[in-house]
Amino acid sequence: MSVEPRVGVFVCHCGVNIGGVVNVPEVRDYARKLPYVAYAEDSLYTCSEAGLAAIKKAIAEHNLNRVVVASCTPRTHEPLFREAVQEAGLNPYLFEMSNIRDQCSWVHAHEPEKATEKAKDLVRMAAAKAALLQPQTEPEVEVIGSSLVIGAGVAGITAALSMANQGFKVFLIEREEEPGGIVRRLYKLYPTLADSSEVIDPLIEAVKSHKNIELMTSTTLKEVSGYVGNFGIILTSPGGDKEINVGTIIVACGALNYQPPQGLYQYGVYDRVITQEELDGVLRKRNLGKPERIVMIQCVGARKGEIRPSALEAFPKSDTAELLRRILKARKEEGWPYCSRICCMNAIKNAILIKEQTPETDIVILFTDLRVYKEYEDFYKMARDLEVRFIRHIEEVPPEITQTSDGKLNVAAYDALSGLEVNFPADWVVLSTPLRPRKGEVIHARMLKIPIATDGFLMEAHLKLRPVDTNVDGIFIAGTVSGPKDVSESIISGEAASARASILMGNKKVRTDAITAFVDEDICIGCGLCEEICPYGAPKIENGKSKIREILCRGCGSCAAECPGRAIIMRHFGDSQILAQVKALLVPENLKEVGSQ
Amino acid sequence: MNKSERQDKVEEGFEPLIVAFCCNWCSYAGADLAGTSRFEYPPNIRIIRVMCTGRIDPTFVLEALRMGADGVLVAGCHPGDCHYQKGNYMMEKRFDYIKRAVDRIGMEPERVRLEWISASEGGKFAALVREMTQEMKQLGPSPFRPIHNPR
Repeated sequence: MSVEPRVGVFVCHCGVNIGGVVNVPEVRDYARKLPYVAYAEDSLYTCSEAGLAAIKKAIAEHNLNRVVVASCTPRTHEPLFREAVQEAGLNPYLFEMSNIRDQCSWVHAHEPEKATEKAKDLVRMAAAKAALLQPQTEPEVEVIGSSLVIGAGVAGITAALSMANQGFKVFLIEREEEPGGIVRRLYKLYPTLADSSEVIDPLIEAVKSHKNIELMTSTTLKEVSGYVGNFGIILTSPGGDKEINVGTIIVACGALNYQPPQGLYQYGVYDRVITQEELDGVLRKRNLGKPERIVMIQCVGARKGEIRPSALEAFPKSDTAELLRRILKARKEEGWPYCSRICCMNAIKNAILIKEQTPETDIVILFTDLRVYKEYEDFYKMARDLEVRFIRHIEEVPPEITQTSDGKLNVAAYDALSGLEVNFPADWVVLSTPLRPRKGEVIHARMLKIPIATDGFLMEAHLKLRPVDTNVDGIFIAGTVSGPKDVSESIISGEAASARASILMGNKKVRTDAITAFVDEDICIGCGLCEEICPYGAPKIENGKSKIREILCRGCGSCAAECPGRAIIMRHFGDSQILAQVKALLVPENLKEVGSQ
Repeated sequence: MNKSERQDKVEEGFEPLIVAFCCNWCSYAGADLAGTSRFEYPPNIRIIRVMCTGRIDPTFVLEALRMGADGVLVAGCHPGDCHYQKGNYMMEKRFDYIKRAVDRIGMEPERVRLEWISASEGGKFAALVREMTQEMKQLGPSPFRPIHNPR
């Protein structure tokens, strides 16, 4: 280290959030005595305009070259403070945060003295790491103005059209012979009762005739290489392979309707026990006849208990394929753990359609919880007005279906209100089943290196804040591939994914994360372990030495921990930086030693 | 510090110090959620953030013990939920030999723990810290403590 570290520490009161528990001035005074700390101050809100201005002023006045902010969590505020540090002329990576609110004052509200001691420890640890921080640069790459959309269902088509209309070249691939996905097979859509063809046909026509869209049916993904901005793709179809290069990828390959196993509610045993999807077909062909009563059963194969992590812990070497295989096997027997969110509305919609075709038919919907949100509440009321009967049954005792001597079906269930068994002779029994992930998604997930969540769907980068991003730069998800959605929600996510991809393609370049690993070639023995374990294929042995392509590296640091020679160094989370925190906490009297390492 | 001295400390009601390595995406977020939800837990834990449990070199854990930590917690995403696909599985494999090493040097293997805590499990995080603090109190101070960390 050529220049001696001069650390500035800024301790935040966060109003009373921190200051009401932790003695902030005491922490500030303590920080002033720490090695390498050249300056320390406290402020009411460090993240306020005044607070940020104070950081910038102190950097200039006290010639600071490292900054520590002791406040809330880096997960929300690190970007803001990094920006401030950068505006003051420092490299944004010469910044470290100390979490004295979420992980201190808020959880030790009744122990102010101990919380103050803990805050001092946390600040000391952060300052010790800060002294060892190095400037980092975020590599910049060019982004090709073209995109691959996998799956020509309603979400994929929407995304493709949106990008094509902005002038980007789009390759839209579909594994089936025809585009349109699940929507093409539906009859009518809630809550407008519009025919599904009114929605999907114009979209299909539009993609077929768009000059910027190349639609390829019966085509699947064969190989993916490269990274954000320039993915090398090999597509395969009965006509042969095709190579393309794209800047971004949108995964929109949908989900499947859960098929009940033979015998579940006598499905597959009696012809007139069918699923809602099959009812769609019956209604479309007007093959229902004049039934006296139809009973619908909700949550068939859905909301069937959590997948217990302990059940998955048995295979530590598992990759995503093995994980999903296990999940699928268990789910085949038990059903899926989540609420599929569309089944309630789907059942209500079909009930209304039946009432339109044969108003005299009595319709009973057996449910455990009914979930109709926002404007769908009106749709539910409409069904009530049409005298559709909603009966809550006891979840633990599944309804039983038998055949009576006259060839009709009988549904016996326990009414949750009366606690009594009720019997419904019925002409049809309709099972409301959830959307479930496709098996084939394993292949996509592995090729594209995006994780699968424990429910088997592809995992978004952040459930709340980044719902259509994946944790691979340049790859986005749309539609039911990340979880059950209805048609309008699928369209929304298609638009959202295309907007996220278009930002990259419109800017023509992108900065990627600086927190990556690199190899000290003097130490590397070229054993190839890093190449073997990296989920992203970033390390490659060349001429007996490992080389990590930083653009592929996601920064998990697994290779740095596994490297037998310690030849791999993790930027921003280096061995010395982590151990400095440990040392600062446990052996504070040797602190000066730590910083000079 | 010999066994009877350590027992005296237990009776004095000593405060253990626990070092936690938490992954950014799940456990560190879970710890933040414990804060947002105002779940209180004993102030005996100090969290070090890493991007993934896959980053945690066994020497980090062993060094923390050598320097006198009374307990070390490694917390990551649930199996199948790793932000980097399989970092937590790699940690799980390493943890076997961390435990064995701790046992070999004559420390109670309960002093090191590997737990899966998701970003939505603030309550679980708080309960875990309570439980672990209680356990460390019963075990008494780390035998390495007086050499490096007399407080």
